[in-house]
Amino acid sequence: MPSRAIAFEAAHLTRRRFRAVIAALVLGVVAVALLCVAVGPVRIDLAAALFGFGDASAIDSVILFRTRLPRVLLANCVGAALAMTGAVLQALLRNPLAEPHILGVSGGAAFGGVLTLFLAAGAPVPSYLLTPFGAFAGALAAMLVVYRLGTVNGRLQPYTFLLAGVVCNAFTGALIMAVNAVADLFQTHGILFWLMGSLATTSYPLVLASAFFVALGGVLVARHARALNALTLGEDNATQLGVDVSAVRRLCFVVCSLLVGASVAVSGMIGFVGLIVPHVTRLLLGSDHRLLLPASALVGGMFLSVADTVARSLSSTSELPVGVITALTGGPFFVYLLRRQSSRGLW
Amino acid sequence: MKRAGQGVGVELRDVTFGYRREPVVRDVGFAVPPGGFVGVIGPNGSGKSTLIKLMSGVIRPWRGEVRVAGDDAARLPRAELARRVAVVPQETDLPFPYTVLEMVLFGRTPHLSGFAFEGDSDLAVARAALERTGTLDLAERAVTELSGGERQRVVLARALAQEPRVLLLDEPSAFLDIRHEVEMYDLLRELQREGLTVVSVLHDLNLAALYCDSIVLLAEGRVFCEGTPAEVMTYANLTEVYQTEVYVTMNEITDTMNILPLDAAHREPLSRAREARRPPRER
Ligand SMILES: Nc1ncnc2c1ncn2[C@@H]1O[C@H](COP(=O)(O)OP(=O)(O)OP(=O)(O)O)[C@@H](O)[C@H]1O
Ligand SMILES: [Mg+2]
Repeated sequence: MPSRAIAFEAAHLTRRRFRAVIAALVLGVVAVALLCVAVGPVRIDLAAALFGFGDASAIDSVILFRTRLPRVLLANCVGAALAMTGAVLQALLRNPLAEPHILGVSGGAAFGGVLTLFLAAGAPVPSYLLTPFGAFAGALAAMLVVYRLGTVNGRLQPYTFLLAGVVCNAFTGALIMAVNAVADLFQTHGILFWLMGSLATTSYPLVLASAFFVALGGVLVARHARALNALTLGEDNATQLGVDVSAVRRLCFVVCSLLVGASVAVSGMIGFVGLIVPHVTRLLLGSDHRLLLPASALVGGMFLSVADTVARSLSSTSELPVGVITALTGGPFFVYLLRRQSSRGLW
Repeated sequence: MKRAGQGVGVELRDVTFGYRREPVVRDVGFAVPPGGFVGVIGPNGSGKSTLIKLMSGVIRPWRGEVRVAGDDAARLPRAELARRVAVVPQETDLPFPYTVLEMVLFGRTPHLSGFAFEGDSDLAVARAALERTGTLDLAERAVTELSGGERQRVVLARALAQEPRVLLLDEPSAFLDIRHEVEMYDLLRELQREGLTVVSVLHDLNLAALYCDSIVLLAEGRVFCEGTPAEVMTYANLTEVYQTEVYVTMNEITDTMNILPLDAAHREPLSRAREARRPPRER
């Protein structure tokens, strides 16, 4: 029966659908990026700007390539990193509410970065080279603590895990305040500036470094996409399907810490991207992580570039931190998910 | 579905295991011959599910060993073990809305590597599994929207898609109506005839008597006795292990044991009579 065969095709992820969706999303990313670089206080002629690449006297080109493009590229990297982290954590915890911010991983990264700034005062190396490592270490430490608290007898307890994240968040928040209190005024200013974060950058090396981390992390977790699928059925089921659960879990936690550390280091705490993006992507494209991970990365990039463009265009005198926009959209969304989930009685 | 039948079975040798300090499975040893159909029965908390987890390598015994098709399960690579043994667990909760077909294709996990997409042969296996479990019509539905019984049949289809040589089931029919219950066990018997080794935990003693070649009766983590249903499911054994009165009779149609529950009013006289029959020093 040919009709059955067609339905069969649609009911699972085929290579064809994977390629088509990814191609469409890449086009989407390019389109959104073009839109975002076109928006700003100064109107630029995109065609002329693109044409005048490298010509220092072509003012449109300078605005495009020196300020707007690196910023949009960075937003894509950070959005991709946060969205992928969210998707991975949701699979591991089997809970669509998991998110690096909520689980305290971003908080850990922030504290790691702040501590680095505080301790590295007067170090011969510039602090922007050190903070990514501090943030990564902080994210990993927070992840490990939350993970330890959230597992009983080697088994992950999702509810305890989320609560441990909340506690970790409060704890690192307090630690950051404590560091701020003992730091001198000059340092405090630097710390606050770093914590606020911003996607504003003119540095292509920074963009490249972020892209490298995102690509590395993405490839590492994508290789385990099938195992992540199995893990959403529970750890016992995954083991019975031949997955080495503890190895996959360990790798994913390290990669998530890396991605969160890298993104907090360049752009501060940006919440809720890891919550909204994988959720919406799952609704639209299904739950297979082979597609969900790369698709979330691309959608996350689009989402954060748009949020950042909104943040910088709302007011003509000052910029809103992009985290404000993501939190304002993400907070209500989280509450909506929470209510929906408890009405289905999952907890 | 292809299936190598010869020389495949499961064997437990003096297996002891506990989640905490106290063991919940103690010195359990029994062998399931290749192509056998063994029922594991026993009261709540007697260690049945734990035994299933031990046999599928989810947990490792403290002492003793589990042998699957002649090899120590603890030494087999996880994927290799999953190609030999599939499990239908007691309950499955699903946080994400996979389609039924995706769910069944998860059964191909131990046969595929990394990111690979399923090939035609994987799809053929999945389709056969869907057909045999009567779930082909559900293929595009979301597993989160199925009834308990439909979901359980889908989980069985997933286990079959693993093309295992040993199938472990933990009370697979808890959510099934009487028709789907017998259909599931009929299917298991059919698969057994094709060479599959089946080990099923059952709460329904009548089903156990009807379908199993042999029965392992567990009590407090130990094997209380094992043998054919007629040998194991006697009034004396059942009342002692389950600590309640039952009516044991013969089903004239199937010629197997029927075990029927009794209400309190009918249990009490039987208990008193049984008490009176015991030797005095045991009372
Ligand atoms: N994850 C666990 N952690 C600690 N103890 C456990 C765990 N799982 C089971 N137990 C304990 O081990 C014992 C055996 O449990 P098991 O689940 O094997 O029983 P069962 O025979 O399957 O019972 P049921 O008929 O209710 O399914 C019980 O006392 C139970 O409380
Ligand atoms: Mg059980």
